[in-house]
Amino acid sequence: MLNLLWLIPTLPFTGFLVLTVAGSRLSRKAIAIIGVGSIGISAFTSLSVAVNFLFSPPPGYSFHQLLWNWLNVAGFKASIAFHLDALSIVFILVITFVGFLIHLYSSEFMWEDEGYSRFFAYMNLFIGSMLILVLADNLLLLYLGWEGVGLCSYLLIGFWYKDARNGYAARKAFVVTRVGDTAMAVGLFILLASFSTLDISELMQQVPEHWTTSSEIAVLTTALLLAGALGKSAQLPLQTWLPDAMAGPTPVSALIHAATMVTAGVYLIARLHVVFTLAPQVQAAIAIIGAVTLLVAGFSALAQSDIKRVLAYSTISQIGYMFLALGVGAWSAAVFHFMTHAFFKALLFLGAGAIIITLHHEHNMFKMGGLRRQLPLIFWTFLMGSASLAALPLVTAGFYSKDMILWFTWSAGKGDPLLWGAGILGAFITGLYTFRMVFVAFFGEARKSITRRPGWKIRAPLIILAILSLTSGFVEIPHNLGGKAFFSDFITTVLPTVHIPIENSSLETRLQVISTLVVFAGIILAYIMYLKNLDLTERIVKTAVGAFFKHFWFSGWGFDGLYNLVFVQPVIWVARINRNDFIDQIYTGVARLIRNLHQLFSRSQTGQMRRYAMAIAFGAILTITVVVVI
Amino acid sequence: MSGIPEQYPLFLAVLLFLLGLTGLLVRRNIVFMLLSIEIMLNAAGLAFVVAGARWSQPDGQVMFIFILTMAAAEVAVGLALILQIYQRFKSLDSDVLSKMRG
Repeated sequence: MLNLLWLIPTLPFTGFLVLTVAGSRLSRKAIAIIGVGSIGISAFTSLSVAVNFLFSPPPGYSFHQLLWNWLNVAGFKASIAFHLDALSIVFILVITFVGFLIHLYSSEFMWEDEGYSRFFAYMNLFIGSMLILVLADNLLLLYLGWEGVGLCSYLLIGFWYKDARNGYAARKAFVVTRVGDTAMAVGLFILLASFSTLDISELMQQVPEHWTTSSEIAVLTTALLLAGALGKSAQLPLQTWLPDAMAGPTPVSALIHAATMVTAGVYLIARLHVVFTLAPQVQAAIAIIGAVTLLVAGFSALAQSDIKRVLAYSTISQIGYMFLALGVGAWSAAVFHFMTHAFFKALLFLGAGAIIITLHHEHNMFKMGGLRRQLPLIFWTFLMGSASLAALPLVTAGFYSKDMILWFTWSAGKGDPLLWGAGILGAFITGLYTFRMVFVAFFGEARKSITRRPGWKIRAPLIILAILSLTSGFVEIPHNLGGKAFFSDFITTVLPTVHIPIENSSLETRLQVISTLVVFAGIILAYIMYLKNLDLTERIVKTAVGAFFKHFWFSGWGFDGLYNLVFVQPVIWVARINRNDFIDQIYTGVARLIRNLHQLFSRSQTGQMRRYAMAIAFGAILTITVVVVI
Repeated sequence: MSGIPEQYPLFLAVLLFLLGLTGLLVRRNIVFMLLSIEIMLNAAGLAFVVAGARWSQPDGQVMFIFILTMAAAEVAVGLALILQIYQRFKSLDSDVLSKMRG
């Protein structure tokens, strides 16, 4: 059964090829069947592979499948080979299942779009590349998948390319992530130069033998790899592309910019955890970047009015939590939060998308209002997703994963109460902005009438994801609440367990109570500010400080303006100075000289033969004179 | 070898050459221009013959035969061209035929 592994990424690629070659000749129905079906079969295959893996684990809890040799040059070998272990199983399950639900949803959502087959072709290509990324057994193949998903992200953000702003957003996403990818490529070159292999399991063995802890080369390499992860996962300082990436269709935002691609950075760090453990400075930097990002993005989410931008900033913030977990060495907590986040954030995006199409492409949530009665199903599923995002205790998946992160941030050897404080403040803001969104969009009076009701292809994914975002947390229950650790037991076959100096159940309970109170405080504040007492909010925003912060947070802490000033403007300035291309002047000068000479001499071509004869005669006389005289 | 000193025939050659050149430069009729070129060719041939006589070598006369042959070929081609030109442009004035101005 495990031998079917190759089929999982092959099916989406086949779907992509069929849709690219024959897409324009197929009917919409056939396109939907191919596009959704390929991912469906892929999801089914990965489920059976995962079940097989769980019940009869292969030796060493990993399975390797060599398809063919890719390169074999001068001692460097790279193969097209897949590596299946607990970490990649979690990722392929989430990618194919959430991917399948989103494809099913898109088959209705995009029905009226003229680029129907193009859309599914790109989406299938994306799923295929993402699966290559998480299944690759060597870093070169991983990088192929890494760039593949980047390409699909670019193509899908700019899917509605007729609007120039979408094209700009797509280019911005591509260029900003390219900054990180370039650094990552340099990091890979260092690894290749030092060990002359890019095979991950070989590297994981050799790196600790040759590099000492916090040696210069280890710090440099991990910092470069981290830059790649920061770009892909939209963390500070490369986070600016993600809010603009919302220009793409909503299913794209759900699939690429919430559930899967943006967590590729988390996967990379978890996969190379051995290298990162060798550089404690860089690991501490990961934790700090995560903590700062989750706060910065959380505050930015508070000031947005476009429902998709709220979710985009929320995604950045939640990935900040994952980075925080990675930074303190709580690898399994990061992967756990990745999984629950994929469910509830995909749900929230799909719910938002459903609202957007029923309201005629209205993105501004302040123009929604009162949708609770008009769209009850979307309301209830959206509420479940929001509860999970805000980490409502005990009943939601988000609680278990976020609690695990917060607990390790305090208690792990590399943890720090200060980081925990950032996390808990982040939890408060999360509760606030999440329920601000819920109260503004679903409560109050209706401001717009709905034009259509979503069909079953939109409703079914919402219901399934809503169930998952409530229940998927039960695979990991903290020990003071009963203690079930299926998930981390499974993950620790790949990733090391967290080292906790002192086990302290009562402390854990106290921290849980604090985080619960904080979340409720956030929700209550949202209730007061956005439902009960709207005048108060108005008055706060009208004060100078309030207006400043609203504007400051609305623009995402002014990062776009800063980058524009520091990076974009100087380049434009230099380009403007050098408009006539200074180097090119030499060549145009040569050309101009020759043209002038040509004009001069062409005047002597009168076409009169007698003049030519005269010229010849004078030339001869001149030559003879010169010869005689000298 | 007695008789005429070599300056005289050389003067004659120069005279003929200048005559031909002047004819070439002043006449506008292509037929006369061709004629002038023939005169210049013969002047050059005469200079060869004089030089051959001066050093008692046969080379000068050999060269002259070459020049005669070449002149015959040239006249054949030249007259054919002139016929063509006249048919096409109805004129033999070389100044009128200045379509090749740059």
